[in-house]
Amino acid sequence: MNTAAATTALGKRYGRTWALRDCSLSFPAGRVTALVGPNGAGKTTLLTILAGLSAPTTGTVSVLGVPAGSPRSRLSVAFVAQDTPVYTDLRVRDHLRVARDLNHQWDQRLAEERLAGFGIPPGRKAGKLSGGQQAQLALTLALARRPGLLLLDEPLARLDPVARHDFLGSLVTACYEEGISVVFSSHVLPEMERIASYLIVLSDGSIQVAGPCDDLLAGHRMLTGPAGRAGELAQRLGAISVQDGTRQSHLLVREAGDPPPGFQSREVTLEELILAYLRDQTATALPGPGTLRAEAVIS
Amino acid sequence: MSPIVFYLDPGSGAPTYRQLVQQAERALLLGYLRRGDQLPRVKDVTSSLAINADTVLKAYRELEHKGIAEGRPGLGTFIVADPPVPGPRELAGLRRSLGRWLRDAGAAGLDERTMAALFEMSLHDFHAATAGAVA
Repeated sequence: MNTAAATTALGKRYGRTWALRDCSLSFPAGRVTALVGPNGAGKTTLLTILAGLSAPTTGTVSVLGVPAGSPRSRLSVAFVAQDTPVYTDLRVRDHLRVARDLNHQWDQRLAEERLAGFGIPPGRKAGKLSGGQQAQLALTLALARRPGLLLLDEPLARLDPVARHDFLGSLVTACYEEGISVVFSSHVLPEMERIASYLIVLSDGSIQVAGPCDDLLAGHRMLTGPAGRAGELAQRLGAISVQDGTRQSHLLVREAGDPPPGFQSREVTLEELILAYLRDQTATALPGPGTLRAEAVIS
Repeated sequence: MSPIVFYLDPGSGAPTYRQLVQQAERALLLGYLRRGDQLPRVKDVTSSLAINADTVLKAYRELEHKGIAEGRPGLGTFIVADPPVPGPRELAGLRRSLGRWLRDAGAAGLDERTMAALFEMSLHDFHAATAGAVA
């Protein structure tokens, strides 16, 4: 496995406000990376910097081995902005024509077959398509450029459950068949859990969690046991979240080993893990200092 | 085309890859899958369930590790085992004894949910005991 993109000490300032601070990240190639965080955490800023649409204030960003924003990176990176925008008055086939004229690499057959597969009529104006069809059109325009890296900023927001499912299914399949790397920001946690192999949680412009989903899941446990001992245990194990009843408590902890006496230990879901970190923004799960664990896993 | 189609049970709580493994094992046990059958192609599973390919590949690797399936490059993953050791007779016997247990539990006043909870707990203990024995 390789790295699709990497940032080193990346920072971005707008006026006096730092939208991103000291972000060193690597994004695995050929996988979906989930980018999660509250509104205003810096997700869109990070995506636009990776896309080369915005320059970092500090640090460096490389995309598929070249600096982000360089002509070569623009050829191989596709960015689908929030709400998967299309031109409402333009017919579907004219979207393809314009995109073909604007791009050096363009796979007309892939675009046509993909749209036909979703039953999207070429003659229809994009404004007359359903939200799901518009999203599929935007994704098709991005995929037909044959990008090495695809950046998606909350593409699910306007989709109904079926359109969402089809969109994600086609995305992971493109990832698998074409080897495309995807960075995907969303608030829809259960779906992220299913499609993502790598997780980044941003909080107030900084990285709160970064790592392969499997490693993160293996490194956390939910302990359930008597409430009386939970406080002391939470302190000792550095619990990320504690839910207390009067008699029973649940503690989300990192790498607990054998559960303490009286406690049962179970695996956590990615959704539980993300929620716990989003609730406690002082907790972090990061690769060790100096070396990014991500790189060790990817190499 | 594969004889079976995978599904996801959002209420199961089990990781997705394990759900796939269990469904394949159960299909083999129940005769929906036989030796030589092809498991669903990875891209069919990713597009129909909207799950990443790593998850499917992890499930198939585990089935290979268990000696149930075998990956054939460029072709897909195929079942290479027969249903697990207990033949239909042993299976029927075990099912009968479980039926007796269920009747006893019912007679003791347990409802189905409580029986399931009790079974889950015992399975958990059993798992812990066997894992301990291996370690």
